[in-house]
Amino acid sequence: MPHTPAPFDIIIIGAGVIGCALARRFTLDGAKTLILERAPDILDGASKGNSAILHTGFDAPPGSREQACIAAGYAEYLSIHASLGLPLIRSGALVIAWTEAEESLLPALMDQSRANGVDDIEPLTATQTRAIEPQLATTARASFRVPREYLIDPWSAPHAYLLQALANGAQLRRNCTVTGGAFDGSHWHLDTTTGPATGRIVINAAGNHGDLIDLMLLGAKDFTIRPRKGQFIVYDKPAAALASHILLPVPNKITKGIVVCRTAFGNLLVGPTAEDQDDRDTATLVPETLRALQTRGEQILPALAGQEITAIYAGLRPATEFKDYQIRAHAGRSYITVGGIRSTGLSSALGTAQHVAALAQSFAQTTPLPAPITPQTSNISESAPRDWQCPGHDGIICHCELVTRREIAAALTGPLSVQSLAGLKRRTRVTMGRCQGFYCAAALATLTRDHFATPMATPND
Amino acid sequence: MTDPDVIIVGSGPAGLGAATTLRGHGHSVTVLDREPQAGGIPRHCGHYPYGLREFRRLLKGPAYAARLTATALVTGVQIRTNTTVTALHPGPRLSITGPDGASEISAKAILLATGTRESSRAARLIGGTKPGGILSTGALQGMVYLAHQRPFQNPVILGTELVAFSAIMTCRHLGIRPVAMIEPGARTTAPLPTAIYPRLHGIPLHLNTTLDAIHGSTQVTGVTLRQGSRIWDQPCDGVIISGQFRPDNALLTTSHLTMDPATLGPEVDQFGRCSDPGYFAAGNLLRAVETAGYCWAEGRAIGHAIARALSGDLPSGPDHKITTSGHALKYALPQRLSPGTDAALPVLQLRVTQAIRGQITLTTNGQSTAHQINALPERRITLPLPSGAGPAHLHLDPEP
Repeated sequence: MPHTPAPFDIIIIGAGVIGCALARRFTLDGAKTLILERAPDILDGASKGNSAILHTGFDAPPGSREQACIAAGYAEYLSIHASLGLPLIRSGALVIAWTEAEESLLPALMDQSRANGVDDIEPLTATQTRAIEPQLATTARASFRVPREYLIDPWSAPHAYLLQALANGAQLRRNCTVTGGAFDGSHWHLDTTTGPATGRIVINAAGNHGDLIDLMLLGAKDFTIRPRKGQFIVYDKPAAALASHILLPVPNKITKGIVVCRTAFGNLLVGPTAEDQDDRDTATLVPETLRALQTRGEQILPALAGQEITAIYAGLRPATEFKDYQIRAHAGRSYITVGGIRSTGLSSALGTAQHVAALAQSFAQTTPLPAPITPQTSNISESAPRDWQCPGHDGIICHCELVTRREIAAALTGPLSVQSLAGLKRRTRVTMGRCQGFYCAAALATLTRDHFATPMATPND
Repeated sequence: MTDPDVIIVGSGPAGLGAATTLRGHGHSVTVLDREPQAGGIPRHCGHYPYGLREFRRLLKGPAYAARLTATALVTGVQIRTNTTVTALHPGPRLSITGPDGASEISAKAILLATGTRESSRAARLIGGTKPGGILSTGALQGMVYLAHQRPFQNPVILGTELVAFSAIMTCRHLGIRPVAMIEPGARTTAPLPTAIYPRLHGIPLHLNTTLDAIHGSTQVTGVTLRQGSRIWDQPCDGVIISGQFRPDNALLTTSHLTMDPATLGPEVDQFGRCSDPGYFAAGNLLRAVETAGYCWAEGRAIGHAIARALSGDLPSGPDHKITTSGHALKYALPQRLSPGTDAALPVLQLRVTQAIRGQITLTTNGQSTAHQINALPERRITLPLPSGAGPAHLHLDPEP
């Protein structure tokens, strides 16, 4: 007799940062949760390229869903990061005016910040600004300081959310593309490339494919995604000493602008650009744009000239025709769309999950887990001791980023065992350093030989 | 464990050359290497020609590396592999980590011989996507010779330095057939007869051509090439990003030692002595890039200098800068002149940034000497070492 598995309470489509936070929230709230990811590893779409900042939401439109989700997400991250073993680098941010026109916008931005509940900001003159950031170009006219804008690890956070969900009973299917589905009045029956899945509620967190998933499952969509590409350049470790704060420009209507900031991994990044495109999957790096970022970085921090660029990357944010997030419960269909999370998803994810969980309560009630498990995430940031500093790490494989054999072995096993080099990078930082695999590629090809869907190399025998 | 007299960071030709020399002077020597085996980059190069200068025999890279290692071990050098240095401190003292965890180690003198690496795709701002199959020559050789893996079948090769021809030899070893060789300049960087090597193997060589973009999602599917106004797509399943070597200076950049922004290595005097006289440097950390044999000889000479320093025989005193001017003059090594004779770096090593014909004027103590040069980038140029009695200045005037 064929075995019919019990239906899930919640099926989440997409294991980006939003999907991972949703999986954690619903699991802790007592729902039997399934998360579907089309890629071999999680965080492979919009969530793989961002600027790794935990925003307060000081510059979000007051009264917007985005602002509310960022504020709630920020607060929850602060309350849970220590228990999950996640870093928090209390850098603070400076919003810097470089022109007279930008300077004239600072008072309104500060008012907006206060309206958003971020009222511990301080205006700074050019001299005061330079006093706290001595490497800043002398052309900075004025700034204000947002002390509670922080740096976090953009990959370990969603990993930790999903690991906690999985430790408490959630299930994950990878290499799983949703191909269709129907709601029968009480349950959703999804068709996927790894077989059917049945659940009471479907949540669409499909990022850059969110509108297409709505169209496929609901027959209609409320927004259209036009991905917005962001290119970044990353400088080697010595450059991180050039800026203590997150250096933000005065934002415009389209974008928060080009940020210069340290990273949790001890580098310095410059980006992103904001370039609308039709392609939903491929973010192409453009040399002229990368050079322009380099020039912009040197205009902000002149000492960046001559520093080595060790990584270049591009991400796609799921922008829509609307400025705000597109989060909608579809009454009668037991379906919630979580779309258009176009740039602040890392900061808002936990808050967005709270909001979606509240929406789902109208479809189905659950009882929170009485004593959830809280697994510790292995630290890959520079703000706490790393594995190479601890005994028994079994040797360094990636010399640039000091990634150990033990860390790689751990990433290749367990419920989130990586299946791609990109996934392994996000778990361990391997090959992300200055040599880009000059020294470790051979060892990695051997270590990962039976683990990757697409091997790094084929055995020569 | 008692501290050794000398710690050497890096077990390539320079480090092992110095280690063996220092043992000959009776000093205790510990060599640290982060790799599982000693020998350095030659371990990656499963082809000729190595060893002529050192052993008067023609060896392949791995055999040469093994012989250097054996020679050092026989003389009583201690080699600790799988040991990564994480910080340099005054003293001199090192922070290290190995399979057992982190610790510290001190010595009377420390020699840095961490070598060189190729510039990455990121550093060159090459556009396109980030699929699998993009490798430096070093990574390719590691895969082929150390891990016996095949990363692609039909790559393009970017660059025409000597190492790019080494990449061709590595490919041939596995029957990998490169489909094109790309050089942004007007001529190959490596000298003849190497430059005709690709033609011998039927590999099209595209001069004056840039690699604009890499395509593919999981594996490379092609590249976009540009030659003047002509732009075309070249199908391939891999890209070898070769050359543009730079000193592996990661330890220096966060240390107290003075760096030369031109060489990207430490600033040294003619004895290989760094700004902190407890530290010395040798080999391709000083400048990129010289052959294994050159680095071995340099390591030996600086090993002698360290032995002199340990016996109080290396003069210290006011030193003088060697400065450069003229836009095409990339660097001069050493960067300082101390008092004392029998230099470990017996000549001034220069490099230019572009193909140039002209006159270099060396001025020291008000006396000028002129030297005609006809030079290419990445080629060695040498001049007699100035006396050290005063500051020295080098100026390059291109021929009109």
